[in-house]
Amino acid sequence: MSIIEAKAGPPKRRLGDLVFANLTRAAGMVILLALAGVAIFLTIEGIPAFAAGPGDLSGAANFAAYVWPLVFGTLLAAVLALAIALPLAIGVALTVSHYAPRRLATLIGYMVDLLAAVPSVIYGLWGGLFLGPHLVPLYEWLAEHLSWIPFFAGPASTTGRTILTASIVLAIMVLPIITAISREIFAQTPRLNEEAALALGATRWEMIRLSVFPYARSGIVSAAMLGLGRALGETMAVAMVLSASGVITLNLISSTNPSTIAANIALTFADATGLQVNALIASGLVLFVITFVVNFAARWIVSRSEVQV
Amino acid sequence: MTALVDKPPATMEHLPLRHARLPRWAPILVVVVSFAASGLVGLLLGWGPVAIVVLALLLYLGALPLWSRAVENRRSANDRFVTGLVWVALGIAFVPLVSLLWTVIGEGLPVLDAKFFTWSMRNIVGEKGGIYHAIIGTLLITGAAAVISVPIGLLSAIYLVEYGGKSRLASSIRFLVDVMTGIPSIVAGLFAYALFVLFYGPGVHIGLGGAVALSLLMIPIVVRSAEEMLKLVPADLREAAYALGVPKWRTIIKVVLPTAMAGIITGITLAIARVIGETAPLLIIAGSTDSTNFNLFKDQMMTLPVFIYYSYTQPGNTPEIARPMAWGAALVLILIVLVLNLLARVLGRLFAPKQGH
Repeated sequence: MSIIEAKAGPPKRRLGDLVFANLTRAAGMVILLALAGVAIFLTIEGIPAFAAGPGDLSGAANFAAYVWPLVFGTLLAAVLALAIALPLAIGVALTVSHYAPRRLATLIGYMVDLLAAVPSVIYGLWGGLFLGPHLVPLYEWLAEHLSWIPFFAGPASTTGRTILTASIVLAIMVLPIITAISREIFAQTPRLNEEAALALGATRWEMIRLSVFPYARSGIVSAAMLGLGRALGETMAVAMVLSASGVITLNLISSTNPSTIAANIALTFADATGLQVNALIASGLVLFVITFVVNFAARWIVSRSEVQV
Repeated sequence: MTALVDKPPATMEHLPLRHARLPRWAPILVVVVSFAASGLVGLLLGWGPVAIVVLALLLYLGALPLWSRAVENRRSANDRFVTGLVWVALGIAFVPLVSLLWTVIGEGLPVLDAKFFTWSMRNIVGEKGGIYHAIIGTLLITGAAAVISVPIGLLSAIYLVEYGGKSRLASSIRFLVDVMTGIPSIVAGLFAYALFVLFYGPGVHIGLGGAVALSLLMIPIVVRSAEEMLKLVPADLREAAYALGVPKWRTIIKVVLPTAMAGIITGITLAIARVIGETAPLLIIAGSTDSTNFNLFKDQMMTLPVFIYYSYTQPGNTPEIARPMAWGAALVLILIVLVLNLLARVLGRLFAPKQGH
């Protein structure tokens, strides 16, 4: 009799369940707190920078004048990197999903993983000591023959430590993430669409243009945005490759280059004191906001496309 | 019947084609001819190997579509052009990887010896020292980061899959984890600095701060991979456990986690491999030193990436000694990362749930 009564009552929550459920929820809250903490602590430590004078802002009149050339350099380097990486990444992703035989595709997949696994400081080392000097002849050629294009106005850098070199290194570093996402989306194209296109006599390229690309468009855009976010925040490659002088210029191959926010922090933080530290943290906050917006937009595009498909 | 089977069926190749087609060996022939022509021109004009390869690829991209257009049609020509373009893109993408590995191995291998691994740089001026202090620092800081992020990441993933469902808290955590994966590493370092400045005052350098910064980068990777793995556990298993009267928390610990363990361990190892090469946050908060420091809670700590960075940017009076050491440390770091990646696969196989009974 007592057994039946016990069953009829509302289910009793066990202590273990209660503790465990709240433990996991607390862990989730820690993540929320950590992200809020990033914004709050950077703001607290960054606010004093708005009162800083030229002495603490390497000569700039106020914080906006200090951070603007850095924002310009950050955007320039990241956009250049994306312009180089995106076509290559789409090519690699297409090879894996539609061109290469399966065995080769697996091998290429491993190599893309390897490309992603190499630490950024090693890319920086390679870019500064190997790639830069090897690009000097190219820059001299560009300065000689194409100097009427503002990008190649010259005079060419003799060390190769230009913003174009930095962008090439950045492009190599964001290639894996763009490739990985595009490859996944290309592979998900409905098989029937592809076969229908082929059955109508389309060549492989026409099949890709007619069935794969329309399906993957939003995915490619968000992959590019995520790559852009990665390139915006990448520090070491730029800090080690670029010889920066904080100017605003579109000239990509000269020895005076705009710096980026992240590289500027890495290069000057160790020697900074007082308000200089606050200015650097405030510039970090600006970088955080920029990458946040870019990543947010990328995720938003992904989520919107998921609703449609 | 047998006669029918023995007779080979008429395949597409035997049907008459409406269009003339280039022979199958046409692309190979064009590649060989382009390289030969470009090599000849390059040798006559005294070009470097890079210029010769570039010209050869351009020749190939131009010649094959032209030939195809003459024999086949415009659409086939476009197709062949794009096919060529895709393979060239693949080649270009992997030139840097090969060059990088080649350089790191070539420059770094001669440096590696017993002294390199067992000495620190303490009191070493003008001669080759070792990276013992940097290896210790990297292992301690990354280990501490793993100790912080694995419980938080794993428990959050359990919350997201088992408890949160589609609640508002769960979806906002999911969204913010996505956002966290995009945090620039240097911002994570600034965060750790801004946090520890409150306790230790300006100019703080502390190994624990590096661990906090790295765990900020590591947690989202752990959550992401663990969540994917937990989602793969079939609902049947959970329901079978509930039907036997097992409480939910014991179901998760005894049934769900062991089933997903292989994937979770792989994910954690990959996350460690991802953060072990991070430089920027450690540059800011962990600092650099020539001595070996075993204490995470006090003083500067050297790490491998920071060692590479300073050996490259501040080689002092003896760059001919510091540079090779940077390459050597780079080789060690790449090897560590590769071993972790291999380990991830091996562990994944080792912990895979046993099939059958």
